[in-house]
Amino acid sequence: MALLEIKNLTVEFSTAHGPFRAVDNIDLTVDAGELVAIVGESGSGKSVSMLALMGLLPWTAKVTADRMALDGKELTDMPQNQRRRVAGKDMAMIFQEPMTSLNPCFTIGFQMNEIMARHLSLTRHERDKRAVELLSMVGIPSPESRLRAFPHQLSGGMSQRVMIAMMISCNPRLLIADEPTTALDVTIQAQILELLASLQQDTGMALVLITHDMGVVAEVAQRVVVQYAGQQVEAREVIDLFDTPKHPYTQALLAALPERAKTQQLPSIPGVVPGQLDRPDGCLFNPRCQYTVEACKRIPPGIQNGVRCHTPLDAKGNPTDPNGLRQDMKVSS
Amino acid sequence: MSGSPVLQARDLQRHYEVGGGAFIKPSALRALAGASFNLYPGKTLAVVGESGCGKSTMGRLVTMMEPPTAGTLEIDGLDAVHGKKSSDVARKLRQTVQMVFQDPYGSLNPRQRIGAMLEEPLKINRPTLSAKEREEAGRSMMQRVGLRSEHYDRYPHMFSGGQRQRIAIARALMLNPKIVVLDEPVSALDVSIQAQVLNLLNDLQEEFQLAYLFISHDLSVVKHVADDVMVMYLGHPVESGPCKEVFETPRHPYTRALLSATPVADPRRTRQRIKLTGEIPSPLNPPSGCTFHPRCPLANERCKSEEPKTLSQGGVTVACHAVEEGRHEAETAA
Repeated sequence: MALLEIKNLTVEFSTAHGPFRAVDNIDLTVDAGELVAIVGESGSGKSVSMLALMGLLPWTAKVTADRMALDGKELTDMPQNQRRRVAGKDMAMIFQEPMTSLNPCFTIGFQMNEIMARHLSLTRHERDKRAVELLSMVGIPSPESRLRAFPHQLSGGMSQRVMIAMMISCNPRLLIADEPTTALDVTIQAQILELLASLQQDTGMALVLITHDMGVVAEVAQRVVVQYAGQQVEAREVIDLFDTPKHPYTQALLAALPERAKTQQLPSIPGVVPGQLDRPDGCLFNPRCQYTVEACKRIPPGIQNGVRCHTPLDAKGNPTDPNGLRQDMKVSS
Repeated sequence: MSGSPVLQARDLQRHYEVGGGAFIKPSALRALAGASFNLYPGKTLAVVGESGCGKSTMGRLVTMMEPPTAGTLEIDGLDAVHGKKSSDVARKLRQTVQMVFQDPYGSLNPRQRIGAMLEEPLKINRPTLSAKEREEAGRSMMQRVGLRSEHYDRYPHMFSGGQRQRIAIARALMLNPKIVVLDEPVSALDVSIQAQVLNLLNDLQEEFQLAYLFISHDLSVVKHVADDVMVMYLGHPVESGPCKEVFETPRHPYTRALLSATPVADPRRTRQRIKLTGEIPSPLNPPSGCTFHPRCPLANERCKSEEPKTLSQGGVTVACHAVEEGRHEAETAA
């Protein structure tokens, strides 16, 4: 049985302009010990879907799901007080801004103690001992003295290490890392990614990595989910995805990376990600897609073989036509 | 390199005084500890490095927002350090250099219409133009950067990040500058939008023969846009030279570490990371000798005591004792 099972997760926010669907029917299964990356541009709903799983969204959000289970325990109909026992213990989350996720008013040691006092039955002395162990595990020099440090005395990379130490203190089964390295420098980013990967190997926890950086995905992930405007458009093994992207969006996104460019002019995707008020009919990507056919503008595509597209691409990168939408319909320019 | 440089900087330094009190002497923070470079028309010099390496300080010196503590800066044949005292020269210099900032959400005035924003530099610096001529110039520049004419009377909040960056670029180009300082122009943008903006910058450079000073921490972007690269560490340029040469055969251990730490979008690539331990030291209290020695895999006793001098090697200038002694080759072979 998979560790995490999500079926048909939808998140809607009620706004002044009516309901806005930030996450649209997302499925995700993660096995124990697996490293899955969710990749997408801003506004693709990657953070919101994971916040919904953690139960951290504000009351304006309406979360619905057919199934949302961790280790077989259904989370959707669980009472709040029980759910709070799961969040932070069995599943934990690291956020993008290490400098703002720690409380500036309390020492590192106090904050690390807090989460352990809540979830583990350890004495204060044992908690302190474990905090020191954890800090040295994530590579913080002289951990005993660091326990008395305040967050402002630490650099960004150090704060992120503290956050990681805090989050793995209760031995979570699932760790969600929301852009853990975006705010950090490249050499520090490499250190943190290496740390996360090695912790994941040592503890056997599952890791969901949310990122917008295709380079990070290629370095660490085993399986990748690509999201666009709240929908999953492609879910594949990492090597397959980079070799033969099947969805036109994935293909265009990879082609737009400067390091893959063959000419001075980069192949860019025209237009922008649709917002709340300019959602197109049919496939959400159709106004920016170079392979759009007539049907794409009317019929929203379903997921077939892990790809949400009417004209998935073949191994050579050319569009195919599995549903026979092209014979009777002219390819629009 | 062909053509004469439009900007020449020699041993440019900038120190800040920090702390201090009634009886405490303030300590000097050497944000930029001596950089020499040239900018050529139609060419891009990229400055890369991690936070605190002095790359933004360099941008501030080139745009003359701050005077250098020491060193000379010559822009378009005029002395930008001392010439600024004469207001005629200062006016001319400021028009020659323009800047595009990192955050397109913070760099545009939310209460100003796009049109007014584009016309403002003309109002101040081209007083002979009539209102109609100003508007014409603004509209044609908008078209040039890929915005539609009806956007002219809108406010910044009505635009997406990529469009705002286009507006910022248009505003920088209103006075026909020769040099544009781009301070992380695409790092706040999504990949698909980033490609659009990089293409636009490339087109504009060809059309107006602009010299770019491209400040960035993203090596994959730098590799794509730059003609020359300068790698900085803690205020010191450690390696500079033609982009191709620096990326293909990096000499300085920091350049190597930086390149190997950058994630590459290729899952088949076998990773050979040069692990850098520790973090960047505080520029208030830089290490003795070579500032990189506490993190350097090649450091020896000499690195701890003696500051390395820059030396030329195959068109690239490097400041490293290990390169000078040939120790870095041994490491590559091993």
